[in-house]
Amino acid sequence: MKTILTDDITKVVRNLCIQACTILGEDVVRQLKKTLEAEESLTGRMALEKMIQNAEIAAKEGIPLCQDTGMAVVFLEIGQDVHIAGDSLQDAINEGVRQGYRDGFLRKSTLDPITRVNLGDNTPAVIHVEIVAGDKFKITLAPKGFGSENMSRVMMFPPSAGIEGAKDFIVQRVIESGGNPCPPIVVGVGLGGTFEKSAFMAKKALLRPLGSQNPDPTLDALEKELLKKINATGIGPMGLGGKTTALAVHINSYPTHIASLPVAVNIQCHSCRHAEAEL
Amino acid sequence: MNAKPKKIYAPLEDKLIRSLRAGDTVFLSGVIITGRDAAHKRMVDLIKAGEPLPFSIEGEVIYYVGPTPAPSGRPIGAAGPTTSYRMDQYAPLLIERGLKGMIGKGRRSGEVKDAMKKWGAVYFAAIGGTGALMSLCIKEAKVIAWEELGPEAVRRLVVEDMPLIVATDIYGNDLYVTGPEQFKTTSQGQI
Repeated sequence: MKTILTDDITKVVRNLCIQACTILGEDVVRQLKKTLEAEESLTGRMALEKMIQNAEIAAKEGIPLCQDTGMAVVFLEIGQDVHIAGDSLQDAINEGVRQGYRDGFLRKSTLDPITRVNLGDNTPAVIHVEIVAGDKFKITLAPKGFGSENMSRVMMFPPSAGIEGAKDFIVQRVIESGGNPCPPIVVGVGLGGTFEKSAFMAKKALLRPLGSQNPDPTLDALEKELLKKINATGIGPMGLGGKTTALAVHINSYPTHIASLPVAVNIQCHSCRHAEAEL
Repeated sequence: MNAKPKKIYAPLEDKLIRSLRAGDTVFLSGVIITGRDAAHKRMVDLIKAGEPLPFSIEGEVIYYVGPTPAPSGRPIGAAGPTTSYRMDQYAPLLIERGLKGMIGKGRRSGEVKDAMKKWGAVYFAAIGGTGALMSLCIKEAKVIAWEELGPEAVRRLVVEDMPLIVATDIYGNDLYVTGPEQFKTTSQGQI
């Protein structure tokens, strides 16, 4: 059995927070550059150029890509043969977030939802755990900004709405969001499951590398159809008009109940940040 | 949209405000203040209670931003715009009291646009998610009120050549409406 120490988990989480907030993934930069080549809108081109330039400055100067360094969303894949030794896993992760946001000069955005008093260290993280076969221990840190999070929705459709109803809802959500979530966006969709399962699937869909193909041919076709529809809206970079509103649509699905069609849309800004490590 | 960005200076002169049109790109230099959700609530609560504000908003440009902490040797951390609609319920009263410019991202409500027309204020869009790039345009930053709000405290900034786009002008032109209309190739949905 593999043993992992919580002290090591803290260190890794600390470093992932800083890395994710300052270095934009190559897949995202590549997609932004590809988008710039095709963009016809002058303001759209200016916005895309600044986004690409911003990623270069952030990496070079060590300045966060965006001032909204988000809530720390942590995905854990823990092999069933792994033993975690030391403190509580949750405390170890939160300590890593505390250190990362302090040492990386990242913004502390978490607060009490009732008093709205800032908690001062950007904890607690939102932690999702999946137990998998084997002895893998993978941590993905995805800081989530709330300009785009605020534009996300879950809809519990009746079965009569069908897949056409789901498609309309997804496109309409993007249209209503306009420039608010910092387009070009990534649209994460969770189809089916229960209320919370759909939202989790939509969030997790945002982690898939841009430019990758959905292994399910039906979902792959659906992603392509929706991306085309979304980019026909004209919303464009930053909502100021243009050909590129979304960089990608990523869909995860799960069986659902005879009474329902849950559809979750989690919108991600162009600063599609996540970093991962295996221990 | 003008081909070459126009250099403009804050505080904004009325003549300049009248000359700006939605779609113009500008480089803004000068002195501006910051404020977002919590600071807006405080400003409006004070005005409604008849109390003075700890700083003047008359003639000012306000930037909707909550920066990351300044590392050593820099005046400020990442400092891109936050989404403006959350300030819509507070903005008309501030415009009535003399606010001349707002910098943020995303479209504004009809009430805000009406107040902009009536009192002569302009709304600039900054490029969201370019916090590192915007940080380099900020030469000085000083907290001038409500330090306890942390990232939401009100700051006075000295800025140089901030790249902005006039999103909504004093004539009611709105790039968030006209821009997407120009590039739309579908019949679905109303913006």
